[in-house]
Amino acid sequence: MRFLVPGPVDGERLVLTAPISFWGGVSPVTGCIIDPRHPQCGAALKGRVLMLPAAKGSSSGSSVLAETLRNGTGPIAIILGEPDAILATGALVARQLYGIICAVAVAEGDAFLALAQASGR
Amino acid sequence: MLVLDDAQRAMLSGADGAARALELVVAYGEAVGAEALIPISGAHIDGCLHHGDVSLDFVRQFVDLGAKVRVPTTLNVGSVDLIHPGRVRPGAQTADGRALMQAHVALGCTASFTCAPYQLAAHRPAKGAQVAWGESNAIVFANSVLGARTERYGDFIDLACALCGFAPAYGLHLTEKRRASLLIEVRSGSLDAGVAAVAAGLALGREAGGRVAALTGLPEAIPEDDLKALGAAAASTGAVALFHVIGRTPEAATMDEAFHGRPPAETLIFDEARLRAELAILSQAADGAKLSAVSLGTPHFSLSEFGRLMPLIEGRRASVPFTINTARAFLPQLEARGWASALDAFGATLVADTCVYLAPVLEDLTGAVMTNSGKMALYAPANIGCTIAFGSLAECVASAGAGRVVRL
Repeated sequence: MRFLVPGPVDGERLVLTAPISFWGGVSPVTGCIIDPRHPQCGAALKGRVLMLPAAKGSSSGSSVLAETLRNGTGPIAIILGEPDAILATGALVARQLYGIICAVAVAEGDAFLALAQASGR
Repeated sequence: MLVLDDAQRAMLSGADGAARALELVVAYGEAVGAEALIPISGAHIDGCLHHGDVSLDFVRQFVDLGAKVRVPTTLNVGSVDLIHPGRVRPGAQTADGRALMQAHVALGCTASFTCAPYQLAAHRPAKGAQVAWGESNAIVFANSVLGARTERYGDFIDLACALCGFAPAYGLHLTEKRRASLLIEVRSGSLDAGVAAVAAGLALGREAGGRVAALTGLPEAIPEDDLKALGAAAASTGAVALFHVIGRTPEAATMDEAFHGRPPAETLIFDEARLRAELAILSQAADGAKLSAVSLGTPHFSLSEFGRLMPLIEGRRASVPFTINTARAFLPQLEARGWASALDAFGATLVADTCVYLAPVLEDLTGAVMTNSGKMALYAPANIGCTIAFGSLAECVASAGAGRVVRL
């Protein structure tokens, strides 16, 4: 795994099976997935290691991730299937401002699948 | 692997605002696979809209550290019109919105508060200039019409680039990524030129995906205002950050220049039927439907657009609220030319620093809101909960007089 933002990545995993846009896709207040078209709609990110095959969408996703972390409703770490600068920025801003650590790691290709399968999905 | 030079390493080891900003730019650069950071000569920040407490906390940390932007930096719209108090109805976020705008100014940013910084002579980057711009319409205009070089920056990272003076060397900063691969022939037939530009932009955004397109078939001397409208529409229906117009834009004097001497990978034709189909999706209100308001200037209305509007409103009077979003920088010139009083006599209200599709300005939304902006037409229904009628500039003026959707 390659780290965009360093930190621990241990904990209960939430494996998403489709890409998500944090802006419009995640509520910063509840930390739940609110995009009705997303297969894991309703799932809570709070306290979990988010496994995300890919991020997509507006650059305002940085703000939404940082706001979930500020609110205590965000994930404890994110493992991405491909690098994403928007989420890395949001996690780093939360660390700079609030001292909240949310590691952002990249496990490309088979490594991501192996981790996802080890999580029972 | 991102490699920093000595000056960048020294900056990163500091304890000041530039070090914190650079830390963000480095993380971003690593995520996008940049191998180096390049100096920038300017920035445009889309950070004055409030996305939660983190928006203000982020800017205030730099204010508290005494940081200043290291390059000339303009600001995009905020959520309040600071020039005309009360024009935006006060709400829960008014105080935070105002504080966010003021905090950016405290960092040394220019209080431009416009989404069209490229209309300000002092802030137009030169061809080839490396800049870090936010806001989708500003980004596509800077790249396409000015030939400046920016990637699609946004939240936090645009300001971070301005505060450290560097951006990651990737994407549209690099010559090879600016090559067109898609050729589009526009055949607009009998459509009004301004309307055709919007329609071509909407179709471009849907078709281009991540590709750079080169357009032909547009009027030879297509004005900047129409390229603004085209780019804003394309950046609303898709992630378009650069297009070329053969024979018109700075990196496309010829087909060869636009395509870097290679053949187009694909050619598409946007004929009149395709363009009219795009427009049909845009307009939700039927011809003759009751209007609640007319809104122009998304992106912000330029002086030349005012110049085209003035003869259309002569001797007329709007019977519904008629708002025009524009840059505060132009207000003195509107006064000096006598246009401000003529606009007032017509019944137009000028909105500066913000935009009616973001901020609560319009009061009655029971009827449709008419606009000549593709971007406004796409975003306003979700943002402010209105029904849209789309039409040409002349149709907007005629409809404002009649209080219903008039087609010319």
